[in-house]
Amino acid sequence: MFHPITTTHYLMLSAALLLIGTAGVLARRNIVIILMSIELILNAVNINLVAFSNHLQNMSGQIFAIFVITVAVAEAAVGLGILIALFRNKETVLADEVDLLKW
Amino acid sequence: MIDTLFFYSFALLTLLGAILTVTRRSAVHSAMWLIVSLAGVAGLYLLQKAEFLFAVQIVLYVGGIMLLFLFVIMLVNLDEAALQRQFNKQWWIALVCVVATGGLVLYFVRSGAGAFRLAPPAQASPVIEGNTERLADVLFSQYLLPFEVASILLLVAIVGSVVMAKKRI
Repeated sequence: MFHPITTTHYLMLSAALLLIGTAGVLARRNIVIILMSIELILNAVNINLVAFSNHLQNMSGQIFAIFVITVAVAEAAVGLGILIALFRNKETVLADEVDLLKW
Repeated sequence: MIDTLFFYSFALLTLLGAILTVTRRSAVHSAMWLIVSLAGVAGLYLLQKAEFLFAVQIVLYVGGIMLLFLFVIMLVNLDEAALQRQFNKQWWIALVCVVATGGLVLYFVRSGAGAFRLAPPAQASPVIEGNTERLADVLFSQYLLPFEVASILLLVAIVGSVVMAKKRI
């Protein structure tokens, strides 16, 4: 009844997670939720890397997943710092109300 | 058999959490569902014998990053934002793009299934060695320079976030 799980299953799951995250980044207005969607995208990448690391029995994939997590932490810290600075100056957290550079 | 069951339950947890994260109105609810999604991803790491990454995912993502998100949600007043429109004017373009990309991926995987077939998975090495030990071996020999560069990146991120969040420098 059940098919055995192959690497392709993990790749399809990762693609689905990436698309959900992309939809969040493109469609939401709240900057906090846009940052959360970016975390979803980075997690999709990590699933992909670990799946291939397991497939090839090569540790490099998991090392790269650690580096991706490092970059995600740095991105979250700086992004939330920018958000606080933005809220202090403009009193808004909606991405399309920050249009100072727009024509 | 049991692997299949676990894979589908973790996959369901991950995707359901992700969909609810991008659709909920309240940012706190979004953060809670994101925690569910990240825990599902951690389970998938465990299924793929990446125990160290499983621990890192739980401690760092669920314990660290999500705590940071919740702090900022409390710090920034989101009540007003929750009452307004949640999706911007281009949401249907975004949906069309995402559905088209998903359809494209599915189409190519279906039509080119032969070309997409992966090589058979490599056999696990007969030497019984912990995942963390093997990871450390590779990280501190082959990837030592990127490891040091990552520490500089973290330093820059610390300084950057302090500069951004401070009222007057």
